[in-house]
Amino acid sequence: MGEWRYVARKVLQALFTLVFVLVFNFFLFRIMPGDPVRLLTKQKGIELSKEAQAALAKDLGLDKALPAQFVDYVGDLARGDLGLTFIYQGESVMDVFLRFLWPTVLLVGTATILMMVIGLYMGIRGGWERGSRFDTSSMGLSLLFYSMPDFWLAMMLLIVFSTALGWFPSGGYSTPNADLTGIDHIVDVANHMVLPVITLVIAYVGEYYLVMRSSLLDVMGEDYITTVRAKGIREGRVLWGHAVRNAMLPTISVIALSIGYIIGGAIVVEVVFSYPGLGLLTFQALDAQDFLLLQGLFLFFTLAVLVSNLVADLLYSYFDPRVREA
Amino acid sequence: MATVADPVPGDAEPRGPRDPKAVTRARRRAARSRFWATYRRSTMGIVGLVILLLFVAMAVFAPVLADRSGLDVTQVNGPILAPPSWQYPLGTDDTGRSVLTLVIWGSRISLLVGLFAAVVSMSVGAVIGVMAGYRGGSWDSFLMRFTDWFLVLPFLPLAVILAGVLGQSLFVIVMVIGLTSWPWTARLVRSQTLSIRERPYIERARGLGARDRHLVRKHVLPNVLPVIFAQTILTIAVMILAESTLSFIGLGDPNRPSWGAVLENAFEAGAPTLGAWWWIGAPGVCIVLVVLAFTMCGNAIEEIVNPRLRER
Repeated sequence: MGEWRYVARKVLQALFTLVFVLVFNFFLFRIMPGDPVRLLTKQKGIELSKEAQAALAKDLGLDKALPAQFVDYVGDLARGDLGLTFIYQGESVMDVFLRFLWPTVLLVGTATILMMVIGLYMGIRGGWERGSRFDTSSMGLSLLFYSMPDFWLAMMLLIVFSTALGWFPSGGYSTPNADLTGIDHIVDVANHMVLPVITLVIAYVGEYYLVMRSSLLDVMGEDYITTVRAKGIREGRVLWGHAVRNAMLPTISVIALSIGYIIGGAIVVEVVFSYPGLGLLTFQALDAQDFLLLQGLFLFFTLAVLVSNLVADLLYSYFDPRVREA
Repeated sequence: MATVADPVPGDAEPRGPRDPKAVTRARRRAARSRFWATYRRSTMGIVGLVILLLFVAMAVFAPVLADRSGLDVTQVNGPILAPPSWQYPLGTDDTGRSVLTLVIWGSRISLLVGLFAAVVSMSVGAVIGVMAGYRGGSWDSFLMRFTDWFLVLPFLPLAVILAGVLGQSLFVIVMVIGLTSWPWTARLVRSQTLSIRERPYIERARGLGARDRHLVRKHVLPNVLPVIFAQTILTIAVMILAESTLSFIGLGDPNRPSWGAVLENAFEAGAPTLGAWWWIGAPGVCIVLVVLAFTMCGNAIEEIVNPRLRER
């Protein structure tokens, strides 16, 4: 019984957050200095007459009262209608978005999986042998990489491994006009992904390491670990069978929250490697002042964080039923 | 004057009525020297502090170290994209400007924007955190819900959009990165306030008739401030990184280039494919060093004010 109530409460909270996000996103482009029409036509070279501006305002429903506009906005969203883009000649925001979605999912997904595997391993080993050379050097490296702007790291990798050594292509999703198929195509795409993925992993793996390490140290201080040891269980089993399993839990919520930062990282990394994903699209939209597109992208990024937080909450309660009582 | 006002620990207690303000001042001074004595023992903290002082000196003495005209593309006549040499220790950019000059003058913008943004972020976070923690009840739940909502908004996209809509200026950058990063502080300050609120001396002061205003100003804030201070130092590091990112995306003030803006110029000019490593390397290394230094100082201070961390 408690289980379903917990799930219902979490989903309800997420829905409230969703309402906030929608209201925020709605007002973000309306309370800004200058009216939306001016913002929408700020793009270079567009100078509309008074009548044309009024017509555009009417077209966008901007002549109605704010609450009515909000209802329209939510209704359009529900139908998947996010308006039209400037930079892609009036193609709908949704279509453009879907076109750029896949490369980002591939890039961020691959990077996140690698980050988790490497970061959690480092954290487990570092926490287990606290103060060892492995631990202290991991600590130092995390601090160093934390201090590096991710776009700068990307440029340094680019200059060394692409410009100087020529090991990897300098950017893009795949070799243009190469018409590769099957396995050749996959190798080509993977080749283009190496440097962006390495950048993201290096830039964000430290956080996973630190969280896993401190979580493991907390667990190691618990009474049940002492009990297990007193029973004479092998150290390896104490670690993997008892400590790690419990220490994994807090990492779930931190990983979910870090999605927001990884999205930020993906934006600049995609810009440096001209990787045609949502990050590069955001940059293009910003450059061309395409505010409807920006609004849609921002909504998507926020939803991604919202959903990953909800999933983390639910997973957490599944693995650790104690949180349901809190 | 020093006779009554300076009861250094270990000294004999002065007799007679004492000025309470003097006692407080003496206690604060003793706390400060204790703080410094502990801080000095942290190698990381000292290394960070030395690096910081060097960069602050560079920013303050920028006009002495490099002539400002070296930033103006119409007034320089250096070689284009020259690698480091005796005359140009950090090489030149694609308009013949010395990268060293760019880096020296950029330090001013990067440090100032980082500092001001951190102050904005900490002020908002501290006010919300103290209010939520001290008031408790429905205030707390409302403010924390509000904070959680803002935690969901992804930082960089939000900052990028705000800066893009509001236009390019250093003021906008300070406000944008300051106002998008307060939720973490608010949470931290709240938990600290909660633990202080429950302490017996607060109850005692309340029993003696102290009002909320007095309690917050004289008892809660002084106890939360050390944590806020440590967090501010750490936040400056984050803000400098955020500033460099926004400038790199092209949202900085073109007339007052920070390190991030120098990197943007380098990227736009194709420095990575031209192999102009000095142009990209120099400002980047500065950012890394300064962020590292702030983080090391912040961690050292945090270990002092938050002894729970010392075990780690």
